[in-house]
Amino acid sequence: MTETVTLAHGAGGKQTSELIDKVFKEHFSNPEFTPDDAAVLTMGSNRLAMSTDGFIVSPWEFPGGNIGKLSICGTVNDLSCMGARPRYLTCGFVIEEGFPLSDLEKIASAMEKTANEVGVRIVAGDTKVVGKGQADHVFINTAGIGEIMEGVNTSGAFAKPGDNIIVSGDVGRHGCAILLARDDFAIDADVKSDCAPLWQAVENVLNATKDVHVIRDATRGGVGTVLYEIAAQSNVGVLLDQDSVPVHESVRGVCGMLGLEPLYLACEGRLVFIAPESQTDKILTALANSEYTKGAAVIGRITDEEPGRVMMETAIGAKTLLPQPAGELLPRIC
Amino acid sequence: MNENIEKAKEIIQGYDGEPLRIMEVCGTHTHEIFRLGIRSLLPDNIRLISGPGCPVCVTPNGFIDEALELCLNKGVTVCTFGDLIRVPGSKMSLADARAKGADVKMVYSPIDAFEFAKENPDKDVTFLAVGFETTTPAACIAVDEAKKIGLHNFSILCANKTMVNAYRALKGSADAFLYPGHVNAITGTIPCEELVDEGIYGVVAGFTASELLTAIAVTVRRLQEGKPFFENCYPRVVTREGSKSGMELIEKVMEHCDTEWRGLGVIPMSGLRLNEDYREYDAHVKYDLPHMEGHTNPACRCGDVLKGICSPKDCKVFAKGCTPQHPIGSCMVSNEGTCSAYFQYSL
Repeated sequence: MTETVTLAHGAGGKQTSELIDKVFKEHFSNPEFTPDDAAVLTMGSNRLAMSTDGFIVSPWEFPGGNIGKLSICGTVNDLSCMGARPRYLTCGFVIEEGFPLSDLEKIASAMEKTANEVGVRIVAGDTKVVGKGQADHVFINTAGIGEIMEGVNTSGAFAKPGDNIIVSGDVGRHGCAILLARDDFAIDADVKSDCAPLWQAVENVLNATKDVHVIRDATRGGVGTVLYEIAAQSNVGVLLDQDSVPVHESVRGVCGMLGLEPLYLACEGRLVFIAPESQTDKILTALANSEYTKGAAVIGRITDEEPGRVMMETAIGAKTLLPQPAGELLPRIC
Repeated sequence: MNENIEKAKEIIQGYDGEPLRIMEVCGTHTHEIFRLGIRSLLPDNIRLISGPGCPVCVTPNGFIDEALELCLNKGVTVCTFGDLIRVPGSKMSLADARAKGADVKMVYSPIDAFEFAKENPDKDVTFLAVGFETTTPAACIAVDEAKKIGLHNFSILCANKTMVNAYRALKGSADAFLYPGHVNAITGTIPCEELVDEGIYGVVAGFTASELLTAIAVTVRRLQEGKPFFENCYPRVVTREGSKSGMELIEKVMEHCDTEWRGLGVIPMSGLRLNEDYREYDAHVKYDLPHMEGHTNPACRCGDVLKGICSPKDCKVFAKGCTPQHPIGSCMVSNEGTCSAYFQYSL
């Protein structure tokens, strides 16, 4: 059978990595090509971060945001993960014929508001319109460039045994909000997306300490997928405390009903910080004092046991593996 | 750690008697036991066996063949729970059929399939009804509603099962059962109490860490005492009478029949089918669909896994030809399947 692209290739997990390795890396590989959220580029004496992201979320409007806000947050957060102050963004629109102008206005306004909040400028754009049925309402791509703060050097490859793992708030809310907004399950629960721009939080943390090894944006595959990526990139083990992972009560309820693992539900406003234990308090204080990261918590630590794997200490004091997700959990989440 | 958990752990880990085999008969229990790492706490002389409690796992592949016949050759839109789409039939899965152009639609409940039929009068819609007493009432509601409004483009292909006779069939496979709390919430506890006289013992278990460990600890204690027993360890949800309305609904719409369980063969009177009053909604009748035997991949040992005769790792295709992405046997398909759990947790 001819191999084709499946929805699982877009789920942000193992199959996405395989597709990137097999097709894109094969053709694009160069010294700057990155598995991290953004590439680090040295130009003269400046270190810049550059990133791009596509947004195809369905529905385009959801509790807690819309595709416009999401498209700014996504790229801003990717840049922030490299310790880069977001400076300039571009945006490309693919719009389906028949999409109401008033809705487009709503999306642009959300982009403006979010960009202003961060202090990033949208400096170039592109507009394409396709016939009815050739796209679903509206798709957006944003790309961005940011200046990396001096003395900051983060990468998914820098996690070290003994480091603590901090998540910047409760997990899985964006994925859960989208799932409920689609109304496929006829479940009523009050869950708002965590979609938020996180540069201020990162800046506050890095002003408190530059001794941070990894910052990662937990998006499509959720915090679980990010931790597996870090475990592989840094060749270390991850040990989570199952009960310390913050999960909103409604998200937990929905996950219980549908048999989903909150650690694999998408976030759009949650960062994973990995840093030496000695820096933990400074980071937690900085996060507690930033607008979108008040629910930050230590959820585990990096170990030298079982490299490449994410283990969990469970409520009964046993140790178990966090299973890797397979296939599509939920398509078109961001 | 709460007090109950500590106490239950003490009982379980302190057990030093004869080897015990305890079978959990619920897919959700299987999943939770893995998620909490319960197996790693058990001493060598206590063995947990994952029984036939995942509806997808016990569905024989002849059933999939029948569904394939409907959507490939009879022009029927087949509505089904997601997991069934990937279960291999004798020649292909419903996912393969969908790729060939068959109309296969994933739904989250029988009611969704009923609504879909109502909204699409030009389509013939069949819902694949699988599951135990927990899910059967919803299928009954869908059929009953269809009859009430005279909806003629809706039917079900029925493979619903009841648990009690499965316990009888599995009597020799385990010393005691952890009964599935959700099923007992509907049936009540009387059917399990009656099994005690036949030498079949067990406790009804809930789903939290504390409830599951407590149920296992009680089972260990009771087996150690050596006397016949039944105990309801999930009283916050399960009553002796169960759900009267749920059981009445099943009785109104369905009747008992012999049915095949994958790996266990035909268990007398362990199945359900639509009764005389609702027969026109039975896809077998409506489409003159013959019963299909189906044949499984001979290397697959799902049947032995379901009876606790072998561990998934003893199966030659486990993690080689058979993975959650490309399942050969049904136990690798659902998240609640034993093989899938062993694979995911890398045991």
